[in-house]
Amino acid sequence: MTATIHPARSRPRNLWSWITFGLAVAYFAVPLIGMFEFSLRKRRDVYSLDAYASVLNDPQFQSTFLFSVVMAIVTVIFGIALVLPAALWVRIRLPRLRPLIEFITLLPLVIPVIVIAFGYIRMFNTSSFLPMTGSAMSTNVLLSFGYVTLALPYMYRAIDNGLRTLDVQTLTEAAQSLGAGWMTILVRVMLPNVFSAVLSGAFLTFSIVLGEYVFAALLDRPAFGPYMVAIGGNQAYEPAALAVIAFAITWGCMVLIQLAERLAPHNRAKR
Amino acid sequence: MRQENGVVRVLANWAGVLPFLLFAALFLILPTTNIILGAFRGPDGEFTFANIANLAQPRLVASFWLSINLSLFSALLGVIAGFLVAAAVTQGNLPPRLRAGILTFSGVAANFAGVPLAFAFIATLGRLGLVTVILREWFGVNIYTMGFNLITFWGLIFVYLYFQMSLMILIITPALDGLKKEWREAAEILGATGGQYWRMVALPVLFPALLGSFALLFANSFGAIATAQALTGSSQSLITIQLFAQIRGDVLQDPSIGYAIALAMIVITGVANTIYIVLRARSEKWIR
Repeated sequence: MTATIHPARSRPRNLWSWITFGLAVAYFAVPLIGMFEFSLRKRRDVYSLDAYASVLNDPQFQSTFLFSVVMAIVTVIFGIALVLPAALWVRIRLPRLRPLIEFITLLPLVIPVIVIAFGYIRMFNTSSFLPMTGSAMSTNVLLSFGYVTLALPYMYRAIDNGLRTLDVQTLTEAAQSLGAGWMTILVRVMLPNVFSAVLSGAFLTFSIVLGEYVFAALLDRPAFGPYMVAIGGNQAYEPAALAVIAFAITWGCMVLIQLAERLAPHNRAKR
Repeated sequence: MRQENGVVRVLANWAGVLPFLLFAALFLILPTTNIILGAFRGPDGEFTFANIANLAQPRLVASFWLSINLSLFSALLGVIAGFLVAAAVTQGNLPPRLRAGILTFSGVAANFAGVPLAFAFIATLGRLGLVTVILREWFGVNIYTMGFNLITFWGLIFVYLYFQMSLMILIITPALDGLKKEWREAAEILGATGGQYWRMVALPVLFPALLGSFALLFANSFGAIATAQALTGSSQSLITIQLFAQIRGDVLQDPSIGYAIALAMIVITGVANTIYIVLRARSEKWIR
């Protein structure tokens, strides 16, 4: 629009924009190209996928990766089960609790992860009232609780945004007058309606949990994050291959988030 | 409607939030409170400021200072670089497709932190990294004999910029979108140059958003540990790395010092986040 008023002035603006954009693309892209190229160098003098083969065939990789995937899925499911009812209740029954709930969901962004993990170790050690670090299984549960905590800000915001686009009150009353109980309302009315919002929160949580390092290392669980650090310490080309794999997963999750957002009802209505 | 007695109604009223509140109390509030109280507890459980006073030992002061400096500079550079890129794609007459591309990529890059990010930079600018090798073999420039090293303060900042800049692009783009076209047109009609428009109109309006973003980026980098740990081992002894080692029981003889370190970290990130939240609310007044 301004270009038609001041054609001479818009040209340098455009040039600077292109330069800035180009520098940003270079800064973003070069490390990715670097890690990809490096990951192919394992065999002398010729590019090969040897580093990937070595990583993928490493039983440690398989077990830690699987561990983290399972952890991420458990975290997502548990997070939804915890946050969806709370977000719904705040909308229809207890609006005065909203500031409190929002404050709580912001806390994991304010308190450094390492401090929360430290708190867990002190509070749930074997001589405490709730000795969750006592066995491998209960430590796994504790780790997934830690991940749910980390995911609270993203999960709550995603689900609350989803609920905002609905007439929650009417839906609830309609379901109730048809004889639905709360479980039915949550699972069969609300969940499908906020499904795309829940999905975008879920994928973000998934990508965060998969590469998480501090919690897993401090609770001493065999997760993917600590495995990557261990490999980084004693191998040359495998870390780059791992970084490529991790980047591909992060990218995949972000693409899925965008797809999920495109499915959202308020976007669909506009088209 | 079914008859309900008082207890059942209260329970039904709270049934949805109760598990959430219980979980938050048990796995977020209590562990953190435990740490905070621990910072004021002596060996026999008595109240004391001794742990806090112990933070004054030179080694910890140096670590805090390093972390604060790293966070300040990486936040400052992140704010500047992210702002320039966001301004270029929102205000710079670039094809809209580039804007969508940068935003999507920033979403990925802001989450591509931690260990893999360190690997990517080692593969690029490490001693055998792609860029290092190309510069040496094609241009005869050996950046390592010129004093460059990834495992230094500025090397770490260069790596941190990857997620700092991405986060900045993500949070400042909505604010830039809020700049009204009329403001620019009004300024131009009154004879303002592009520079004057930015200096006297856009930047003052954006100032709370910029300062708030700075605080958020500061906290973002202050709490980080995995990237630094994977990149430098423990040669850059950030306060997070010190606390990590302390929790694992590697260093520091006095265990209660860990509580004091943790408390100081909460205070620092707490202040930074409060600034962010307050300023974000203020900037939303102007920009809708």
